[in-house]
Amino acid sequence: MTGSVYALMATGLTLIFGVMDIINLAQGILVILGAYLSYALAVHLHIDLFVGLLITIPTMFIVGIVIERAFIGRLKGPEKTAMSILVTYAVSLLIEGALNIIFSTNDVQLQAWYVNKSFAIGSVHFGYIYVAGFILAVGLLSSLYFMLYRTRFGVSIRASLADQTSAALVGIDVRRVSTICFGIGVAVTAAGGMIYGATNSFNASTSYDLISRLLTIIVLGGMGSLGGAMLAGVGMVFVGDMVGVVWSPIWSSMSYFIVLTIVLLVRPQGLFGKPVVRVA
Amino acid sequence: MTTLLEAKNISRSFGGLKALNACDLEVEKGSITGLIGPNGSGKTTLFNVITGYVRPDTGTVTFNGEDVTGAEPDKIFAKGIGRTFQLTRIFGRMTVLENMLVATQHDEGWLRSMTRSKSSTADVDNAMEWLDFVGIARLAHLQAGSLSYGQRKLLELAYVLVASPDVILLDEPAGGVNLTLINQIADKIRTLNAQGKTFLIVEHNMEFVMNLCTTVTVMNQGCHLVSGHPTAVRANPLVLDAYLGGGDDEELEEVARG
Amino acid sequence: MLQKKNLWWLVAVAAFAAFPLLITNPTYTSIGFFTLIYMACASSWNMFSGYSGYIALGSAVFYGTGAYAMSLISIHANMAPGAAMFWLVPVGGVVAMLIALPFGWIALRVRRHTFVVITIAVFFIFQLGASNFSFTGGTSGLALPFITWDASYYFVPFYFVALGIVIFIAILSAAVRRSRFGLQLLAIRDDEDRALGLGVKVTSVKIVGFTLSAFTVGMCGALYAMEQGQIYPQFVFTPVFDVSIALMTFLGGLGTLTGPLLGALILESSQQWLTISFSNGSLYLILFGALFLIVILFMPQGIVVYVRDRVNKKADLARVASAATSPGSDAVLSGSTPS
Repeated sequence: MTGSVYALMATGLTLIFGVMDIINLAQGILVILGAYLSYALAVHLHIDLFVGLLITIPTMFIVGIVIERAFIGRLKGPEKTAMSILVTYAVSLLIEGALNIIFSTNDVQLQAWYVNKSFAIGSVHFGYIYVAGFILAVGLLSSLYFMLYRTRFGVSIRASLADQTSAALVGIDVRRVSTICFGIGVAVTAAGGMIYGATNSFNASTSYDLISRLLTIIVLGGMGSLGGAMLAGVGMVFVGDMVGVVWSPIWSSMSYFIVLTIVLLVRPQGLFGKPVVRVA
Repeated sequence: MTTLLEAKNISRSFGGLKALNACDLEVEKGSITGLIGPNGSGKTTLFNVITGYVRPDTGTVTFNGEDVTGAEPDKIFAKGIGRTFQLTRIFGRMTVLENMLVATQHDEGWLRSMTRSKSSTADVDNAMEWLDFVGIARLAHLQAGSLSYGQRKLLELAYVLVASPDVILLDEPAGGVNLTLINQIADKIRTLNAQGKTFLIVEHNMEFVMNLCTTVTVMNQGCHLVSGHPTAVRANPLVLDAYLGGGDDEELEEVARG
Repeated sequence: MLQKKNLWWLVAVAAFAAFPLLITNPTYTSIGFFTLIYMACASSWNMFSGYSGYIALGSAVFYGTGAYAMSLISIHANMAPGAAMFWLVPVGGVVAMLIALPFGWIALRVRRHTFVVITIAVFFIFQLGASNFSFTGGTSGLALPFITWDASYYFVPFYFVALGIVIFIAILSAAVRRSRFGLQLLAIRDDEDRALGLGVKVTSVKIVGFTLSAFTVGMCGALYAMEQGQIYPQFVFTPVFDVSIALMTFLGGLGTLTGPLLGALILESSQQWLTISFSNGSLYLILFGALFLIVILFMPQGIVVYVRDRVNKKADLARVASAATSPGSDAVLSGSTPS
């Protein structure tokens, strides 16, 4: 079930890459930031984790827009994607440093009355938080899907995903679409972070493990393919959990990278990516 | 006349679209063969198949009697098939001369080809000669990215020539350039042809094709339609039909006017 | 012109050689040692990633491999602690190359955006492996034969070996830049498919470049392990290393010869100084991130190119003008070749 949460976070990353050719290395730390926001609301203002999302999601959306306007939108030229990796890494160092100072480097976990409770169907136990997280992730993914395929703005996004230049030629404001996409891609980290923080203990450096898994997922799904990211997210978490249960949790991350290596040997463009077009 | 380059029964689909459907093409040694057809008839795809950028689903490409189907582009180039692209592709952040040196070929192992100096006197002289031939030698030390569109076309032609390929595939050499330059390019092609180079040219400018080419092949919907002398092809009713069917009125007029 | 340039290089080498002899405080020699290590690594990274445009964020794999090669060999061969262990430094480089070959073979099958991500993934495989296998000592790391040199000059031999490595990689980078191999790497950066169509064997060129760049990084890792006397997986396989050398190169000038050297000199020396002055690592992260953003946003080409552009602008304008007004003249040919 955590697969759906990873799928959600990876979808944000893919949306940003597909529309903007930007690899957002800050996605990992932004998830943690989202988790800390929920943490701060819960601990200091006693706001429930799920109610708090009404505040954290818009906040993260604005954070995304600020990052895009301040740094990413200024990148141009042939090395744009490479530069974006470095810029977003720098942003993530900034946030990591700030989080370390504000929240210290001790591990925390989000708490609420339902976090450690579970119910049973037959002999299988379901944690409330996992079920709620699953419903939330599926809900957000379907609204994202609805927005992409059923609204006018979604058409603009999908046009920009397909070809930025042509989209600009038919009068789509690619610049604005990019900013909003980055905002949306970051906003989903608020929900992802909340669920992640309630099911794992975390501190700012947890983001390294998170971003490496997310990157693996989007490469596996085929860079820029939204459906691919969702499926790869669910699939990888399943594989990782199986390895964790059957063998040892230590090797669960390792299984990600091994699957990635094998898939890329067979299909260099990822599972659902378009083959590389060599002649433009 | 002997056949230098032959594509036989080439098919290639992209998704549901059949870009090439059992297409044949023959290029005779020493000819300037024109390849025309309505937009979307598969000309560029055929180029990509011949030069190794796209692998065909079926069919064979033979060059100098040797089967080169599905070989990688670098191998094809080393065998003596050079090409230019529809939208010029040069190395923008290198100098014009460095662009030329990239294409310099030597029959040697990979280790030697990497450790050798990039600018031996012989290579530079050879490169400068070809730059001079197309008339941009004076730009040799400028960044290639700062060249105008026409100059890029000339550079692209020059760096293909530097490796002295036997056959040169030109994808719309006259596209987007002014009349003076079109004539200049046509002159260069004739000069090289007189020296024994074979050309295969995709071009929409009918005047250019009809004046320059010794043979013209028409493609339609991924198939070979007719081949022959330019005047014969122009009069062929099948050709007019193809252009009519393709709905390409402007080109139809051009074919008819010739 | 060329003479003058070489003279500057000699002056720089002499200054670096004189540094530990003039300023004998071991703290500063240690700072100098780390600065040289990073100068070598950034330069080596640039030789592949800067020239070819394939940004790799997994160089720590080679650094760590070099460090573990040094540690495991010196431990299992029961080597006497001391100068003889320096012979293992190039061995560390070779082991790193042996790792780089299959790594590059897998990772370089894909295009550059995906390549970045795969290098990160491979890096995590190595980090996890080193922390969990028993022969690497797990998270408690490995202790090397203990070198008992006097603290007052302990760093000096390491400093000079590191300086030797820097000189080696600077010469190698320059040689690659002048060779046909370097030309092919640059062609791949500008338009890989076009290069392929012009007979460049892009796959072998990329793999050779990648493997070659691993050698120096592996040597640096080995030297680091020997200097520290104890290695931990989280310090030799650290993502900060990968991004640091990339940042240093971007700061100095991607794809230039002096850029990575200069960038590493500025960043690593100031970082070492900052960590000694402020013990707060988080504050350092913020400063580091902010500096990086400033560089990328205001000098995206790096310091070297920024300065060179300012200096060359007039000369270039004059050159273009003369080329335009006097067709066929040799004026352009006699101009200096941009490096």
